[in-house]
Amino acid sequence: MQAPASSTLCANALACRRGDRLLFRALSFELTGGEALHVTGANGTGKTTLIRVLAGLTTPYAGDVVREGMVGLLDERPALDPDRPLGKALAFWTHIDERIDARIDGGHDAAQAQRALGLEPLMEVPVRYLSTGQRKRAGLAALIGRGAGIWLLDEPLSGLDAAAIEQVTALIAGHVSGGGIALIASHQALEIDGLRSLELGDYVPSKRTGHTESAPA
Amino acid sequence: MIAALLRRDLGKFFPFAGGGAALPVVFFVAVAMLYPFAVGPDANLLSRTGGGVVWIAALLAAILPLEKLVAEDIEIGTFDQLRLRGITEETMMAVRLLAHWLSFGPPLVLAAFPAAALLNLDGPTLHLLLIGLLVGTPGLAAIGLMIAALTASLRAGAALSGLLLVPLALPILIFGAGALARQDAASLGFVAAISLLLVAIAPFAAGAAIRAAREV
Repeated sequence: MQAPASSTLCANALACRRGDRLLFRALSFELTGGEALHVTGANGTGKTTLIRVLAGLTTPYAGDVVREGMVGLLDERPALDPDRPLGKALAFWTHIDERIDARIDGGHDAAQAQRALGLEPLMEVPVRYLSTGQRKRAGLAALIGRGAGIWLLDEPLSGLDAAAIEQVTALIAGHVSGGGIALIASHQALEIDGLRSLELGDYVPSKRTGHTESAPA
Repeated sequence: MIAALLRRDLGKFFPFAGGGAALPVVFFVAVAMLYPFAVGPDANLLSRTGGGVVWIAALLAAILPLEKLVAEDIEIGTFDQLRLRGITEETMMAVRLLAHWLSFGPPLVLAAFPAAALLNLDGPTLHLLLIGLLVGTPGLAAIGLMIAALTASLRAGAALSGLLLVPLALPILIFGAGALARQDAASLGFVAAISLLLVAIAPFAAGAAIRAAREV
């Protein structure tokens, strides 16, 4: 796990909607290397939507996102082939990452991440037989193997047992102290030094004014 | 990187490669086998109509893999993760098109030999049939990929894709099977032209469909 290059993640006056409903508006923040942000909010306030917008997978209704550095995303879908053994499914991503970024020493970094997350005994097990928590840890191993500077984590602790929560929290803290950015959407409390927090509920429009908002450029 | 993507896709779709996607080929041969039972063992009739039956079987066989072609990777998030690594949807779909064709086009061409024997097709007809399938199946694969990408986020996508493919594949069927009836190789030029056009637009259309599916 080499130190990620300096990276920034900036949101300017973001507004997102789902269907006709405006989820949140006027959301701005700036994160630079070594900072972590904990996004909280009730179910349905748009945490996942925010993360997908920040990752650049969907376009916001208004506002824009500035990203400098590689973005890594961990959500409830770890992108591992259900029919293949975990080892082979992870090896595919290592292989792709090595091709894209020559700095990544896939074999070594990936093996280290897999050991840290206790995945070694599961390498021969097809992904479909893994539990939610095991799948989550496998997704995190794939994320660590990439060496991305910006980590977007959607509920990284859900489905994990107490020991795994500790491991994952330590890995996130290690990433942040190594100069990386972490944005974590989670209902659970996180123990990471210097963690800022952002309550999505504060940005929900007071009335349902979704239709009168100015359209994006 | 493209090689790594192609290897994964082939592992998923190639017959007998673990994915177990031999169904289209088995289906294709089964139709050729059942047809003589249905119309009777009149060798003359079989050799006159057999070529068309083989084309219909090829068209229907192209529908079978569509269900798994795109929807599963949207569901497990593969395309999102590839996008984050800077790989465009068009590249993913071009690789997927190649893998899809490799896993059903050449196997169908090979399966056309036993099918031709079962249907009593003569040498020149078999010749035209093989060339026709070789140039026509890329077009069928391209139509299939576009439809699979467009219907991936729909609940009844699998059933719908079969219905959508049939009318779109008609030009290939008309010229491909028409070449057999008239023993006219020139029609196959039309099949090749249609295939070329479809293959050229499929990665862009399917890529746009994948992006649109995220916005829902």
